[in-house]
Amino acid sequence: MKGASLLAVLALAAAPALAQPSPKVDPSVVESYVKSTWSKAPPDWQSRVVQDETQRICTQLHNAPPPAEAEKIMARERATIVYPADGKLIGDWQKGERAAQNGRGGQFNDPPDTASGGNCYACHQMAPKEISFGTLGPPLVGYGKLRDFTPEAVKATYEKIYDAQASFACSNMPRFGANKVLTPEQITDLVALLMDKDSPVNK
Amino acid sequence: MQFHPRTLIGRLLIAAVAIAGALGSSALAQSDEETEKALEKYRQMLSDPFSNPGYLAVDRGEELWSRKRGANNVSLESCDLGEGPGKLEGAYARLPRFFTDAGKVMDLEQRLLWCMETVQKLDTKDVIARRFSAPGRDSDMEDLVAFIANKSSGRAIELALAHPKEQEAYAVGEAMFFRRSAIMDFSCATCHAEDGKRIRLQALPDLSRPTKAAKETMGSWPTYRVSQAALRTMQHRLWDCYRQMRMPAPDYASDGLTALTVFLAKQAEGATLDVPSIKR
Repeated sequence: MKGASLLAVLALAAAPALAQPSPKVDPSVVESYVKSTWSKAPPDWQSRVVQDETQRICTQLHNAPPPAEAEKIMARERATIVYPADGKLIGDWQKGERAAQNGRGGQFNDPPDTASGGNCYACHQMAPKEISFGTLGPPLVGYGKLRDFTPEAVKATYEKIYDAQASFACSNMPRFGANKVLTPEQITDLVALLMDKDSPVNK
Repeated sequence: MQFHPRTLIGRLLIAAVAIAGALGSSALAQSDEETEKALEKYRQMLSDPFSNPGYLAVDRGEELWSRKRGANNVSLESCDLGEGPGKLEGAYARLPRFFTDAGKVMDLEQRLLWCMETVQKLDTKDVIARRFSAPGRDSDMEDLVAFIANKSSGRAIELALAHPKEQEAYAVGEAMFFRRSAIMDFSCATCHAEDGKRIRLQALPDLSRPTKAAKETMGSWPTYRVSQAALRTMQHRLWDCYRQMRMPAPDYASDGLTALTVFLAKQAEGATLDVPSIKR
């Protein structure tokens, strides 16, 4: 429980307060501009241009959904979470560190079949020795230690990385598992980076 | 001419990377700081018309502007960029804007393509294919933008937004700025709606509202990108942002990118242009 509530606090701290835009254009006009701006995108990339329901609602509400709407989003996103077949949530932290460092994959100039990384350091401070970290997300130094390495925190961490919006609607963090950026196995490696006692994150 | 900036800068960058690598990861903090300091010195060294390689693009652009081309065998000198046919001074500072003859809001690159097609009767297929330069492949558009934008250096960005189509473009641009999409759920606002944030060690300007950072950003494009050894335009900047957002490549000179540029330029209203600048 403690781990989960801490996660929620960190998630809230990560959400920037955005200025409310003035709604003076019909969404259908915006969508027609969007469609024409990606008219030459390959057919198998077109789905990325179209928003899913969560993206549409979060955009419309400027990432600040009222409680009832937030509940609906979180329920929908919770339903996407798939756990590893063997039930093991803690993988290999060294593989996790490599995935956390890797910012490749999924870009239009990446060769097809480029393995995607999580690029965690782009936004988060993690292992103390890595000083090239971003500040868009909260620092995660000592993450597992702060949560007493509890099994509840391990599960919450897996779910957070799999789909950040299952616990925090309209979070800025990507839904790595739900959007198939990372595999369940890669996510267990990242869980290990955060929750393994031997991981540099907890040293 | 024997001066090859691409090679020269490439060598300097390779040297910088080699030094950073040799220091190892424990010394990276210091070396990053030193690299940044060295780059700042380098920027200062190059940010005058006689040594910023972006000015080679300005010179090439000037030649292209007056070169007779297309089925009509005329130059672009009668092209109206909004201030009257052939009038370049201050034109870039007021773009994008609505053009009655085309019936739409255009940024500089859209307008140049329109002038090539209507004034010169030039087939722009090749020009569009070379929209972004690469080693051994010059870009007419980058060169023309460098030349024309430079004619607004010292001028303030000023978008009237008087025409309803300009107002629509602004509203659409704002909506696109906040629109989340693709496999990472990113919008422009994910990275550019708060002051003082970084991605890795790179500072991120807040472009979501009128800020000092928005002025500095929009007042310094087009720019010579040292890491790419090329003059780059706002079209290229947005194309590269969407790459990082895991979106498909946006169409060059599309109305959506122009709308986004209207929104961004308006957040920098009053910023003094100093272009082409030089950046990392």
